[in-house]
Amino acid sequence: MHPTEIIDRDSLRTDMPEFRPGDTVKVHVRVVEGNRERIQVFQGAVIRRQGAGVRETFTVRKVSFGVGVERTFPVHAPTIAKLEVVTFGDVRRAKLYYLRDRRGKAAKIKEKRVARG
Amino acid sequence: MATKAIVGEKVGMTQVWDDQNRAIPVTVVKVAPVRVVQVKTPEREGYSALQVTWGFRRRSTLTQPELGHFDRAGVDPGRSLVELRLDDVAPYEVGQEITADILSAGERVDAIAVSKGKGFAGGMKRHNFKGQGASHGNHKSHRVPGSIGACATPSRVFKGTRMAGRMGGQQVTALNLEVVSSDPERQLVLVKGAIPGSRGAVVVLRDSVKAPAGRKGTGS
Repeated sequence: MHPTEIIDRDSLRTDMPEFRPGDTVKVHVRVVEGNRERIQVFQGAVIRRQGAGVRETFTVRKVSFGVGVERTFPVHAPTIAKLEVVTFGDVRRAKLYYLRDRRGKAAKIKEKRVARG
Repeated sequence: MATKAIVGEKVGMTQVWDDQNRAIPVTVVKVAPVRVVQVKTPEREGYSALQVTWGFRRRSTLTQPELGHFDRAGVDPGRSLVELRLDDVAPYEVGQEITADILSAGERVDAIAVSKGKGFAGGMKRHNFKGQGASHGNHKSHRVPGSIGACATPSRVFKGTRMAGRMGGQQVTALNLEVVSSDPERQLVLVKGAIPGSRGAVVVLRDSVKAPAGRKGTGS
């Protein structure tokens, strides 16, 4: 047990679904504009998960108007309203940086058919 | 001087989310209730301070003089004795317990602890010297301090010239840190930012002596 776990436990979220690199996810992000708050959806492939405990983060990559966009979120961030796993990916490595060099069909991730428990 | 102080043990660093969902780096300090062993007054000792102890220690590990000191105060022996310099010790008496609830969120504190020992460190690490270039014909002089003085006049090295030597392991005070939260029930205080010392180091937290009066914050 990490010594600071007694504090970290308060910040951890338990409502996060299980997801891995290769999965396509929809991240519902809370955006505060002045006094108004709205939800923005960022959909893309998870290309990495890094760190542990409260410090764990994941990076989602999508291609928007031909430009690759990557956003890194803390897994336990309160700014994430909801996280949906759209598809499970079938990949062979933990860090999918090779996707950055690929365009179009070559950047497609094979989908895993079996349901994950 | 400080008006209140307490002793704790550094647990480690982590992060918490604030009310605007920002990640705040915090140091966790375990603050067990401290017991006043002796009250030092200007009349008797020439200055005002509290001598306190915390935690527990078997009586058999103490010397007779130490035992006598604790017994006269009527206080259970603790891990060690620490002196807290305060402006006014009149409200305190021997045997009294001080807990983490003297600190509240938003307050400014100073953290005093012994820094991590770095061993024999060179000028670059110890005094932030720049060092020299990696190339352009430099030969084995990448991290050396360079010149340490002039030639025949004064034909000696001035005292206090910054050179390599032992670094760390000294008392360091981190000034004006914000208390993020104080939890007397779990005996924990979260202080924003880093505090000197390794995990398990003994830390004195006192209310900040240099915080501007307006920003001192009495807890929100």
